[in-house]
Amino acid sequence: MGLLGFRRTRAGRIVARLQERERTALRGLLNDLIELVAPPDGEADADPLARLVGIDPHARTPDDPALARLLPDGYGEEEPEAAADFRRFTERALREGKVAGARTVLESLERSGAKVVLSAGEAQAWLGTLNDLRLTLGIRLEVDEDPHVMDERISLLGRLVVDWDPAATDSDEAAQRARAAMETLAAYQLYDWLTFLQGTLIEAITGTADPTED
Amino acid sequence: MEAERPASGADVAPDLPWVTIVWNDPVNLMTYVTYVFTTYFGYSREKAEALMLDVHHKGRAAVSNGTREEMERDVAAMHSYGLWATMQKDD
Repeated sequence: MGLLGFRRTRAGRIVARLQERERTALRGLLNDLIELVAPPDGEADADPLARLVGIDPHARTPDDPALARLLPDGYGEEEPEAAADFRRFTERALREGKVAGARTVLESLERSGAKVVLSAGEAQAWLGTLNDLRLTLGIRLEVDEDPHVMDERISLLGRLVVDWDPAATDSDEAAQRARAAMETLAAYQLYDWLTFLQGTLIEAITGTADPTED
Repeated sequence: MEAERPASGADVAPDLPWVTIVWNDPVNLMTYVTYVFTTYFGYSREKAEALMLDVHHKGRAAVSNGTREEMERDVAAMHSYGLWATMQKDD
Protein backbone atom coordinates (compact mmCIF):
# COMPACT_ATOMS: atom_id res chain seq x y z
CA MET A 1 0.00 0.00 0.00
CA GLY A 2 1.26 3.48 -0.85
CA LEU A 3 2.93 5.10 2.12
CA LEU A 4 2.05 8.73 1.53
CA GLY A 5 -0.90 9.14 3.80
CA PHE A 6 -2.52 12.49 4.51
CA ARG A 7 -0.82 15.84 4.20
CA ARG A 8 -1.69 19.50 4.42
CA THR A 9 -1.13 21.65 1.35
CA ARG A 10 0.14 25.25 1.48
CA ALA A 11 -3.43 26.28 0.68
CA GLY A 12 -4.50 24.54 3.89
CA ARG A 13 -6.33 21.62 2.32
CA ILE A 14 -6.08 18.09 3.66
CA VAL A 15 -5.21 15.64 0.89
CA ALA A 16 -4.27 12.00 0.42
CA ARG A 17 -3.53 9.85 -2.59
CA LEU A 18 -5.20 6.49 -2.31
CA GLN A 19 -4.88 3.66 -4.78
CA GLU A 20 -7.97 2.00 -6.17
CA ARG A 21 -7.47 -1.12 -4.04
CA GLU A 22 -6.99 1.03 -0.95
CA ARG A 23 -10.25 2.85 -1.62
CA THR A 24 -11.98 -0.48 -2.21
CA ALA A 25 -10.62 -1.87 1.06
CA LEU A 26 -11.80 1.25 2.90
CA ARG A 27 -15.29 1.10 1.39
CA GLY A 28 -15.63 -2.52 2.49
CA LEU A 29 -14.54 -1.69 6.05
CA LEU A 30 -16.85 1.34 6.20
CA ASN A 31 -19.88 -0.67 5.11
CA ASP A 32 -19.07 -3.31 7.73
CA LEU A 33 -18.73 -0.60 10.38
CA ILE A 34 -22.08 0.96 9.44
CA GLU A 35 -23.75 -2.43 9.65
CA LEU A 36 -22.15 -3.04 13.04
CA VAL A 37 -23.04 0.27 14.75
CA ALA A 38 -26.32 1.28 13.05
CA PRO A 39 -29.12 1.61 15.64
CA PRO A 40 -31.23 -1.55 15.70
CA ASP A 41 -34.52 -0.51 14.16
CA GLY A 42 -38.11 -1.26 14.65
CA GLU A 43 -38.95 -3.35 17.66
CA ALA A 44 -42.70 -3.69 17.24
CA ASP A 45 -43.18 -2.07 20.63
CA ALA A 46 -40.81 0.81 19.97
CA ASP A 47 -42.13 3.91 21.65
CA PRO A 48 -42.31 6.65 18.98
CA LEU A 49 -41.97 9.40 21.56
CA ALA A 50 -38.86 7.77 23.04
CA ARG A 51 -37.51 7.41 19.51
CA LEU A 52 -38.24 11.07 18.81
CA VAL A 53 -36.18 12.28 21.76
CA GLY A 54 -33.42 9.76 21.07
CA ILE A 55 -34.03 7.40 23.98
CA ASP A 56 -33.52 3.71 23.42
CA PRO A 57 -35.40 1.85 26.18
CA HIS A 58 -33.97 -1.52 25.11
CA ALA A 59 -30.31 -0.56 24.89
CA ARG A 60 -27.93 -2.74 26.88
CA THR A 61 -24.19 -3.45 26.91
CA PRO A 62 -23.42 -5.31 23.67
CA ASP A 63 -22.12 -8.91 23.89
CA ASP A 64 -19.82 -8.41 20.90
CA PRO A 65 -16.57 -7.07 22.42
CA ALA A 66 -15.86 -4.83 19.41
CA LEU A 67 -19.30 -3.23 19.61
CA ALA A 68 -18.98 -2.97 23.40
CA ARG A 69 -15.74 -1.03 22.85
CA LEU A 70 -17.40 1.32 20.35
CA LEU A 71 -20.37 1.83 22.70
CA PRO A 72 -18.82 1.62 26.19
CA ASP A 73 -20.60 1.83 29.53
CA GLY A 74 -20.58 5.35 30.98
CA TYR A 75 -20.21 4.17 34.59
CA GLY A 76 -17.99 1.57 36.21
CA GLU A 77 -19.10 -1.98 36.99
CA GLU A 78 -20.15 -1.02 40.51
CA GLU A 79 -22.95 1.17 39.15
CA PRO A 80 -24.88 -1.01 36.69
CA GLU A 81 -28.15 0.90 37.06
CA ALA A 82 -26.60 4.29 36.33
CA ALA A 83 -24.75 2.71 33.41
CA ALA A 84 -28.01 1.29 32.03
CA ASP A 85 -29.75 4.67 32.35
CA PHE A 86 -26.85 6.46 30.73
CA ARG A 87 -26.93 4.00 27.84
CA ARG A 88 -30.68 4.39 27.30
CA PHE A 89 -30.23 8.13 26.95
CA THR A 90 -27.00 8.28 24.94
CA GLU A 91 -26.46 5.11 22.93
CA ARG A 92 -28.72 5.95 20.02
CA ALA A 93 -27.06 9.33 19.40
CA LEU A 94 -23.63 7.71 19.70
CA ARG A 95 -24.56 5.07 17.12
CA GLU A 96 -26.05 7.68 14.80
CA GLY A 97 -22.97 9.89 15.08
CA LYS A 98 -20.67 7.01 14.14
CA VAL A 99 -22.87 6.04 11.18
CA ALA A 100 -22.98 9.66 9.99
CA GLY A 101 -19.18 9.89 10.22
CA ALA A 102 -18.70 6.68 8.22
CA ARG A 103 -21.18 7.89 5.59
CA THR A 104 -19.33 11.19 5.24
CA VAL A 105 -16.10 9.26 4.63
CA LEU A 106 -17.87 7.05 2.06
CA GLU A 107 -19.25 10.11 0.26
CA SER A 108 -15.85 11.80 0.08
CA LEU A 109 -14.45 8.56 -1.37
CA GLU A 110 -17.25 8.30 -3.92
CA ARG A 111 -16.59 11.74 -5.35
CA SER A 112 -12.79 11.29 -5.33
CA GLY A 113 -10.46 9.54 -7.66
CA ALA A 114 -6.95 8.72 -6.56
CA LYS A 115 -6.66 12.14 -4.93
CA VAL A 116 -8.89 12.59 -1.91
CA VAL A 117 -9.36 16.23 -0.90
CA LEU A 118 -11.13 16.91 2.39
CA SER A 119 -12.93 19.89 3.88
CA ALA A 120 -12.25 20.61 7.57
CA GLY A 121 -15.52 18.91 8.54
CA GLU A 122 -14.76 15.87 6.43
CA ALA A 123 -11.27 15.61 7.93
CA GLN A 124 -12.90 15.40 11.39
CA ALA A 125 -15.24 12.65 10.16
CA TRP A 126 -12.25 10.75 8.72
CA LEU A 127 -10.32 11.10 11.98
CA GLY A 128 -13.11 9.70 14.15
CA THR A 129 -14.08 7.01 11.66
CA LEU A 130 -10.51 5.78 11.14
CA ASN A 131 -10.38 5.50 14.92
CA ASP A 132 -13.62 3.49 15.00
CA LEU A 133 -12.29 1.16 12.30
CA ARG A 134 -9.04 0.66 14.23
CA LEU A 135 -10.95 -0.01 17.45
CA THR A 136 -13.10 -2.62 15.74
CA LEU A 137 -10.21 -4.34 13.98
CA GLY A 138 -7.93 -3.95 17.02
CA ILE A 139 -10.42 -5.73 19.29
CA ARG A 140 -11.03 -8.48 16.73
CA LEU A 141 -7.26 -9.02 16.33
CA GLU A 142 -6.60 -8.67 20.07
CA VAL A 143 -3.94 -6.08 19.34
CA ASP A 144 -1.40 -5.71 22.14
CA GLU A 145 0.16 -2.45 23.26
CA ASP A 146 3.57 -4.10 23.51
CA PRO A 147 5.22 -4.10 20.05
CA HIS A 148 7.35 -7.13 21.03
CA VAL A 149 4.23 -9.19 21.65
CA MET A 150 2.93 -8.19 18.23
CA ASP A 151 6.27 -8.94 16.53
CA GLU A 152 6.37 -12.39 18.08
CA ARG A 153 2.80 -13.12 17.09
CA ILE A 154 3.42 -12.00 13.52
CA SER A 155 6.62 -14.01 13.17
CA LEU A 156 4.79 -17.10 14.47
CA LEU A 157 2.06 -16.61 11.88
CA GLY A 158 4.70 -16.00 9.23
CA ARG A 159 6.39 -19.28 10.09
CA LEU A 160 3.09 -21.16 9.73
CA VAL A 161 2.85 -19.81 6.19
CA VAL A 162 6.52 -20.34 5.26
CA ASP A 163 6.73 -23.83 6.73
CA TRP A 164 3.69 -25.02 4.87
CA ASP A 165 4.76 -27.10 1.92
CA PRO A 166 1.83 -27.53 -0.48
CA ALA A 167 3.75 -30.32 -2.27
CA ALA A 168 3.88 -32.37 0.89
CA THR A 169 0.10 -32.51 1.22
CA ASP A 170 0.18 -34.80 4.18
CA SER A 171 -2.19 -32.70 6.24
CA ASP A 172 -5.27 -30.65 5.41
CA GLU A 173 -4.97 -29.22 8.85
CA ALA A 174 -1.59 -27.66 8.02
CA ALA A 175 -3.06 -26.13 4.88
CA GLN A 176 -5.97 -24.68 6.82
CA ARG A 177 -3.66 -23.31 9.48
CA ALA A 178 -1.47 -21.69 6.84
CA ARG A 179 -4.46 -20.09 5.12
CA ALA A 180 -5.88 -18.79 8.40
CA ALA A 181 -2.43 -17.39 9.24
CA MET A 182 -2.30 -15.59 5.87
CA GLU A 183 -5.70 -14.02 6.49
CA THR A 184 -4.71 -12.87 9.95
CA LEU A 185 -1.46 -11.41 8.62
CA ALA A 186 -3.42 -9.51 5.95
CA ALA A 187 -5.74 -8.14 8.65
CA TYR A 188 -2.74 -6.99 10.74
CA GLN A 189 -1.40 -5.24 7.65
CA LEU A 190 -4.74 -3.52 7.13
CA TYR A 191 -4.74 -2.42 10.77
CA ASP A 192 -1.21 -1.02 10.44
CA TRP A 193 -2.22 0.85 7.31
CA LEU A 194 -5.24 2.41 9.09
CA THR A 195 -2.92 3.39 11.95
CA PHE A 196 -0.56 5.03 9.48
CA LEU A 197 -3.44 6.89 7.77
CA GLN A 198 -4.82 8.15 11.08
CA GLY A 199 -1.37 9.21 12.29
CA THR A 200 -0.69 11.26 9.15
CA LEU A 201 -4.19 12.75 9.30
CA ILE A 202 -3.60 13.98 12.88
CA GLU A 203 -0.31 15.57 11.77
CA ALA A 204 -2.03 17.20 8.79
CA ILE A 205 -4.88 18.56 10.95
CA THR A 206 -2.71 19.84 13.79
CA GLY A 207 -0.09 21.24 11.43
CA THR A 208 2.78 19.30 13.00
CA ALA A 209 3.97 18.20 9.53
CA ASP A 210 5.45 20.48 6.87
CA PRO A 211 2.94 21.54 4.21
CA THR A 212 3.37 20.28 0.65
CA GLU A 213 2.86 22.06 -2.70
CA ASP A 214 -0.35 20.37 -3.84
CA MET B 1 -18.45 36.36 46.35
CA GLU B 2 -20.33 35.55 49.51
CA ALA B 3 -21.62 32.07 49.90
CA GLU B 4 -24.92 31.58 51.60
CA ARG B 5 -24.42 29.38 54.61
CA PRO B 6 -27.02 27.09 56.06
CA ALA B 7 -27.66 27.90 59.69
CA SER B 8 -26.76 24.44 60.91
CA GLY B 9 -23.58 24.36 58.89
CA ALA B 10 -23.97 20.67 58.24
CA ASP B 11 -26.00 18.02 56.55
CA VAL B 12 -26.82 20.05 53.47
CA ALA B 13 -25.81 17.79 50.63
CA PRO B 14 -23.31 19.71 48.57
CA ASP B 15 -23.28 19.19 44.82
CA LEU B 16 -20.57 16.56 45.05
CA PRO B 17 -18.14 16.89 42.22
CA TRP B 18 -17.99 14.07 39.73
CA VAL B 19 -15.02 13.13 37.58
CA THR B 20 -14.59 11.80 34.07
CA ILE B 21 -12.01 9.02 33.87
CA VAL B 22 -10.33 8.06 30.61
CA TRP B 23 -8.92 4.50 30.53
CA ASN B 24 -5.94 3.18 28.66
CA ASP B 25 -6.48 0.89 25.69
CA PRO B 26 -4.03 -0.69 23.25
CA VAL B 27 -5.52 0.91 20.13
CA ASN B 28 -5.87 4.67 20.55
CA LEU B 29 -2.83 6.60 19.35
CA MET B 30 -1.07 8.86 21.87
CA THR B 31 -1.26 11.74 19.39
CA TYR B 32 -5.00 11.16 18.94
CA VAL B 33 -5.71 11.13 22.69
CA THR B 34 -3.74 14.37 23.07
CA TYR B 35 -5.63 15.85 20.14
CA VAL B 36 -9.00 14.99 21.72
CA PHE B 37 -8.00 16.54 25.07
CA THR B 38 -6.91 19.81 23.43
CA THR B 39 -9.86 19.95 21.03
CA TYR B 40 -12.73 18.99 23.31
CA PHE B 41 -11.59 20.35 26.69
CA GLY B 42 -9.56 23.25 25.28
CA TYR B 43 -6.55 22.17 27.38
CA SER B 44 -3.07 23.42 26.54
CA ARG B 45 -0.84 21.01 24.66
CA GLU B 46 1.27 20.53 27.82
CA LYS B 47 -1.72 19.67 30.01
CA ALA B 48 -3.25 17.42 27.35
CA GLU B 49 0.04 15.54 26.91
CA ALA B 50 0.51 15.12 30.65
CA LEU B 51 -3.01 13.66 30.96
CA MET B 52 -2.43 11.41 27.95
CA LEU B 53 0.80 10.11 29.53
CA ASP B 54 -1.06 9.46 32.79
CA VAL B 55 -3.61 7.40 30.88
CA HIS B 56 -0.84 5.56 29.07
CA HIS B 57 1.41 4.80 32.06
CA LYS B 58 -1.03 4.59 34.97
CA GLY B 59 -3.88 3.02 33.03
CA ARG B 60 -6.31 5.87 33.74
CA ALA B 61 -6.57 9.58 34.39
CA ALA B 62 -9.25 11.94 35.68
CA VAL B 63 -9.59 14.39 32.80
CA SER B 64 -12.39 16.67 34.01
CA ASN B 65 -14.64 17.28 36.99
CA GLY B 66 -17.95 18.98 37.64
CA THR B 67 -21.61 18.24 38.19
CA ARG B 68 -23.08 14.92 37.28
CA GLU B 69 -24.79 16.42 34.22
CA GLU B 70 -21.56 18.00 33.03
CA MET B 71 -19.68 14.74 33.41
CA GLU B 72 -22.37 12.84 31.53
CA ARG B 73 -21.81 15.28 28.70
CA ASP B 74 -18.02 14.80 28.84
CA VAL B 75 -18.27 11.00 28.96
CA ALA B 76 -20.67 10.97 25.99
CA ALA B 77 -18.25 13.24 24.10
CA MET B 78 -15.27 10.96 24.88
CA HIS B 79 -17.28 7.98 23.59
CA SER B 80 -18.07 9.85 20.38
CA TYR B 81 -14.31 10.32 19.88
CA GLY B 82 -13.78 6.60 20.56
CA LEU B 83 -12.04 7.06 23.90
CA TRP B 84 -12.94 4.66 26.70
CA ALA B 85 -14.35 6.84 29.50
CA THR B 86 -16.49 6.40 32.60
CA MET B 87 -17.65 8.78 35.31
CA GLN B 88 -17.71 8.47 39.06
CA LYS B 89 -18.10 10.45 42.24
CA ASP B 90 -14.84 12.03 43.28
CA ASP B 91 -14.11 10.88 46.82
